[in-house]
Amino acid sequence: MENQMIHLKINGIPAEVPAGSTILQAAKTVNVDIPSLCYLKDINCIGACRVCVVEIVGRRGLTAACTYPVEEGMEVLTNTPAVRNSRKTTIELLLSSHSKKCLSCPRGNNCELQKLSVAYGADEDRFSGDGDDKRYAIDDSSPYLVRDNNKCIQCMRCVAACKNVQSVSCIGPIRRGYNVHIGCAFDKPLNEAACVGCGQCIVACPVGALTEKSQTEAVWNAIADPSKKVVFFTAPSIRATLGESFDMPVGTNVEGKMVAAIRRLGADEVFNMDVTADLTIMEEANELIERIQNGGTLPMFTSCCPGWVKFCEHYYPEFLPHLSSCKSPQQMFGAVLKSYYCEKNGIDPKDLFVVSVIPCTSKKFEVTREEQRTHDFDDVDVALTTRELAAMIKRAGIDFTDLADEKFDDPFEIASGAGTIFGATGGVMEAALRTAAYKLDGTTEAVDFNEVRGTQGIKEATYTVGGVEIKVAVASGLANARKVVEMVKSGEKDYQMVEIMACPGGCINGGGQPVQSDAVRNNVDLKTIRAKALYDVDRSIDLRKSHESPVMKLLYDEYFEAPGKEKAHKLLHTTYVERSAH
Amino acid sequence: MNEKSLNTFKGTIVQEEQLKAVIAKHHDQPGGLMPILQEAQGIYGYLPIEVQTMIADGLGISLSEVYGVATFYSQFSLTPKGEHKISVCLGTACYVKGSDKILEAIETKLGIKSGECTEDGMFSIDSCRCVGACGLAPVMMVDEDVYGKVTPEQVGGILDSYLNKKGGAEE
Repeated sequence: MENQMIHLKINGIPAEVPAGSTILQAAKTVNVDIPSLCYLKDINCIGACRVCVVEIVGRRGLTAACTYPVEEGMEVLTNTPAVRNSRKTTIELLLSSHSKKCLSCPRGNNCELQKLSVAYGADEDRFSGDGDDKRYAIDDSSPYLVRDNNKCIQCMRCVAACKNVQSVSCIGPIRRGYNVHIGCAFDKPLNEAACVGCGQCIVACPVGALTEKSQTEAVWNAIADPSKKVVFFTAPSIRATLGESFDMPVGTNVEGKMVAAIRRLGADEVFNMDVTADLTIMEEANELIERIQNGGTLPMFTSCCPGWVKFCEHYYPEFLPHLSSCKSPQQMFGAVLKSYYCEKNGIDPKDLFVVSVIPCTSKKFEVTREEQRTHDFDDVDVALTTRELAAMIKRAGIDFTDLADEKFDDPFEIASGAGTIFGATGGVMEAALRTAAYKLDGTTEAVDFNEVRGTQGIKEATYTVGGVEIKVAVASGLANARKVVEMVKSGEKDYQMVEIMACPGGCINGGGQPVQSDAVRNNVDLKTIRAKALYDVDRSIDLRKSHESPVMKLLYDEYFEAPGKEKAHKLLHTTYVERSAH
Repeated sequence: MNEKSLNTFKGTIVQEEQLKAVIAKHHDQPGGLMPILQEAQGIYGYLPIEVQTMIADGLGISLSEVYGVATFYSQFSLTPKGEHKISVCLGTACYVKGSDKILEAIETKLGIKSGECTEDGMFSIDSCRCVGACGLAPVMMVDEDVYGKVTPEQVGGILDSYLNKKGGAEE
């Protein structure tokens, strides 16, 4: 039955699709686009918004194409007067209570509702009532996210991302009818809920109801302040996604242009965060080996993803001893800059303004964590998402696509391919295995650990290195993480190391990455294409292993001595806190 | 949300045991949240955050999901009910006859809004849709007593009569 093919006609065009396909999917195969709004592939399929309605010959009324399965001999019409009128009215009803501050909306040119309104000639004032668009207070209580429910159209995509993809479910629809709005339990502000900050709700939002909390002003101010030395560093995945904000093809590696653009913004130095990804591996591989050899708590879970760390703190506090004590690459970089770098260059750490560019909203929370500090102020002053960096480049009038490539600044320029693949699911595991394998058996042969690559939600492998059998698991998306933790908890699985990334596919698909519309997300495998840009870098360079990086040699020779030593422990490791699950 | 002083949760061990039994009874039943919320409201009289949290933990679902259902249905109350439950009919006939003015008069007199409970726990106000006494419109109820053809001026006297028989209006 599963392979049975169904034959139908869409606007008179014959189509043949597997049984169980929806009308929306079938239409795509014959190049008929049916507009949709609440539907988001793999995330939300509830047939609620009625934008994708079509006519089925012989059937009364209109049918939602995103949920309706094809039937043998079915004749579908997607472009009749009744269909067009219905879609137009639906859009006008959505617009009736939508805050139409489109001119300055961060999603202004990238809004799915706006695109539909233009396409269907919708009249935004047809049903508008007085004050309908100013009913809700804006929730900007968290350090990473702003919810403006006046722009929300209740498509439920954010709710589905939070519940189905992340198994967090800290937001949901509240009340009914006209009073429905999306929020946390008991209408509490987001910073009082068990939100992990992953930002998957933001990239799922079709309109401007959800945005990161922009901190670009603070960066502009620091750049304009002559008493501040402003240094930027960029996370591994930014090179693979920033180009999308400038209409370049998905998966274009724009590292050189990115560095050039940041320098033109006025940064004094631009560094490569892959360097501290290497540093994380130096410490984390060392920690793994120590745990294995000294009977420490196993499996060890990676700690570079702040969304996963906060998830563990809220939902599995009993697993905190399993979390690697290593800070994330972002926080290690902050610590290195405000200690080693300042000391070496005679800079007062108070005068150094550190900006990270990260694919992530949770990292905006991470920089504010007090237990991560080296001094009595934050090590990283501002964490900017890929989207915010793109906005700054646009505002500065930099012609990004035509910029000539430039290189990162010394001494944090050179990094290994292992550091670069941190940005994709499985990358941290592979990087750690490359170094752990070397440390355990003294050879440097093992480089490619293909079993942990790819965008599947859960991957497992067993490797024998230096006579030690290492069982590993890699999960991305917190619903998958939950499955792995539950398997460990029940004793069903006993791994030595588990890598977890909160966002499906890892940082390349992070909540701070450029927002791609449903038209793209439903049809293009963003995760795989973006990740390929990182694996291409790894394959193309000779330096593949963190411990072979000359920058690691420099840092340990000049400052940290060796992984896990006193100074490294003080500056590069951290602690965690138990949090409530509600 | 209204966080009045009366909303301080006063659940007992006995109530908690009852709730646990209810959760256990419906735990594996699809859509079990609905009957659990209904029975929980029967036990506590309302569904405060403490009760909803126990339900969320008991079912292994998020508090936000419980809250979504609890706020969807008008039968569920998030605020405690008073010793005397006032209900004003806002059905068509009563509304046409000015029951909104009755509700307004009660709200003014007690200093609370519909859906809330007075700080001393004596009165709570709710609106309802038709009690089947349209001939007497506008209608209000206090506990099981029905008052017909009510005028805003009469509201004060009606409520005062319950103050005088404090505790005596049970069933």
